[in-house]
Amino acid sequence: MPSRIFVTGLGFISGLGNNAQENLNSLLNLRSGIGRIRHIETSLRDELLVSEVRMASEELSCLAGVPSTEAYSRNTLLGIIAAKEAYRHASLGDHPGLRTGLISGTTVGGMDQCEKYYQDFLFNDSKNAFIDIYDCADSTEKIADHLGLKGFMTTISTACSSAANSIMFAARLMKAGKLDCAVAGGTESLTKFHLNGFNALKILDKQLCRPFDAGRNGINLGEGAAYLILETEEANEKTGNRVICELAGYGNACEAFHQTASSPDGTGAYLAMKKALEMSGKTPDAVDYINAHGTGTDNNDLSEGRAIENLFTGKIPWVSSTKPFTGHMTSAAGSAEAIISILGLVHGIVWPNMNFSNQMPELKFRPVTEMIRGANLNLVMSNSFGFGGNDSSLIFKKYGVH
Amino acid sequence: MEYINGIGIISPQNTLPGQGFLEAVVEQTADFLKSVEPVYKSYIDPIASRRMSRLIKMGITSAKICLRDAGIDAPDAIITGTGLGSVEDTEKILGELTIEEKFLNPSPFIQSTYNTISSQIAISLKCHEYNSTFVHRCFSLESCLTDAVLQIREGSAANVLAGGIDEMTLNHLTIIRRLGMWKREAIRNLDLWTSETPGALAGEGSAYFVISSEKNEKTYARLAAVETLYKPSSTMQTASFVKQFLADNGLMPAEVDLVLMGSNGYSEHDRVCNEVIMQSVPAAARVLYKHLCGEYHTVSGFALYLAANIISRQMIPSCMPLLQRKPEKLENILIHNHFRNTDHAFILVRV
Repeated sequence: MPSRIFVTGLGFISGLGNNAQENLNSLLNLRSGIGRIRHIETSLRDELLVSEVRMASEELSCLAGVPSTEAYSRNTLLGIIAAKEAYRHASLGDHPGLRTGLISGTTVGGMDQCEKYYQDFLFNDSKNAFIDIYDCADSTEKIADHLGLKGFMTTISTACSSAANSIMFAARLMKAGKLDCAVAGGTESLTKFHLNGFNALKILDKQLCRPFDAGRNGINLGEGAAYLILETEEANEKTGNRVICELAGYGNACEAFHQTASSPDGTGAYLAMKKALEMSGKTPDAVDYINAHGTGTDNNDLSEGRAIENLFTGKIPWVSSTKPFTGHMTSAAGSAEAIISILGLVHGIVWPNMNFSNQMPELKFRPVTEMIRGANLNLVMSNSFGFGGNDSSLIFKKYGVH
Repeated sequence: MEYINGIGIISPQNTLPGQGFLEAVVEQTADFLKSVEPVYKSYIDPIASRRMSRLIKMGITSAKICLRDAGIDAPDAIITGTGLGSVEDTEKILGELTIEEKFLNPSPFIQSTYNTISSQIAISLKCHEYNSTFVHRCFSLESCLTDAVLQIREGSAANVLAGGIDEMTLNHLTIIRRLGMWKREAIRNLDLWTSETPGALAGEGSAYFVISSEKNEKTYARLAAVETLYKPSSTMQTASFVKQFLADNGLMPAEVDLVLMGSNGYSEHDRVCNEVIMQSVPAAARVLYKHLCGEYHTVSGFALYLAANIISRQMIPSCMPLLQRKPEKLENILIHNHFRNTDHAFILVRV
């Protein structure tokens, strides 16, 4: 049975840029993607700050290579762009003998079109082409079609941990010998549906989000897509792809506490991180950096902070939330932040937790607030927690380090 | 090896505990087949239940019935498959939002999130273990079962609670009827196979299973294998996929005793179902069942309930018409399901 899982390709589109390099440049230049709403048609336009991908859907169609006359959701277009980038990065299409799967996380599916045409769906036949693209699987299947993939595929929706769980499930399928390679990650476009939903829950900050700050006041939503190419060690011998890093551990646990709130002591977060660490075979002091879920809500940051303190009882690793850069990309957050963590690991950079000014009185540690360059990073952790207490944690290890 | 050690199912038939195995068929003359629902307060705290939508109640209740059936208090993992999640809650929001954006009631938004079912089950059981949700058309339940088998083989779990759930509403049916593959009028479910009108009959249901590493006195059958096939280029390719699937599990086509057919009343696709099975396992007895539960993304949950019971009871209920001869034995059952001849799914259930 294959035991090691390598990351060999990255594809990333967000408010920071349309590909992995543009995202990296924005991160290095401390350029946030968060700003006023430009593309979504919503009455909340002047009220909320979001991190939108800087293209209208028609432009995204062009970038994805899709005729703009065809029925595609923004979610699918983002997914195609990022998945194609990752797939080309690893030239997986050149190795037809390898069994490549596609595991994608999403929750909004084709909601952006559905909310536009719902009254037509109900009362007339004018928008029938958009009925079929409403569900979550549509984006996954269209991504598969654009990559020419016909192997194992599925779609995961565990709210804001969807993409992390997709990476985890892909790795498990590979270790079980069902797949040699996988395209794994998630995609999520902003929609009126979830902007209003999160707004109704009163967890959106009208100002810039301030994760782990004593005065934090909620989330700025974001959108985008991010996919990783995973290969088993055996498959990698065939592809000869350069190994970017190794997926060394993963853990999934459930809070079983409340549908939208985290438990005060962060049981789910603690268990997910602990499981991931145990799988990596490392002790807590080996973790150099944690890319926290850090949404900026009162509840998450306290609960996650406590869980971190409970697990890392010795020295607490560098911790930051990069959501002040990307916004909360919900179902795509897991793979987006996995890539941000990997870029840090590869370039020796600890990303800063922007917009932080006041220490939370409940926590002993404070997040990293200035970018650290030349950091010696060997092991990084990326946390993603979802509604319903669906908590997952991933650990990436520098390649060639034991 | 993995075993089906518990079943909890809410469906348009009498499938609740103590109702036997499809002894009296439920006839419905309707636009879609609606579940025969239990009294939820026997399963869910009435105060919590009041805030829950129908799908969530069906999910939690069938999960609890399933665990009781298996004699298990706490599973080692909870995994749900759903094609559409809570349609009712999503419609509530869309109904308001697409007329005017105003401050929403947050409850339907929370419940419209697909993972609500798995997480509500976890909350009601206080279960902190692995928890996930798959949302891929007719691969949703099959992905759950694949995950469950992985959990067991990794040594992470001895008993996994895995299930598939979907609901139908009249609004949703109105919308999908525009696509031309569904019956445009109410019909009597038992007339589905003789009906002159085109299209599938819609349905709904929730079926959870305890998938276990050990066989015990509760065991119904063995969950031998699950495979999916995306966009086959021809019926012949699908048929050879089936033969390979059987061979991978050490079976000759002639050893398949019974096939639970994917047919749903939409004749164009029913023809494909027949061809696939005739070309791959021509000698097997075939049985139709979707007149009992209707068509929905996770309908293979109903089929798995049928297969497990047919094997453990060694009988086929009379409400399911047999195409071809009566099988001599009931040891190997193949379930075929598909979504518009694009996504094909196969489950092999063995004695």
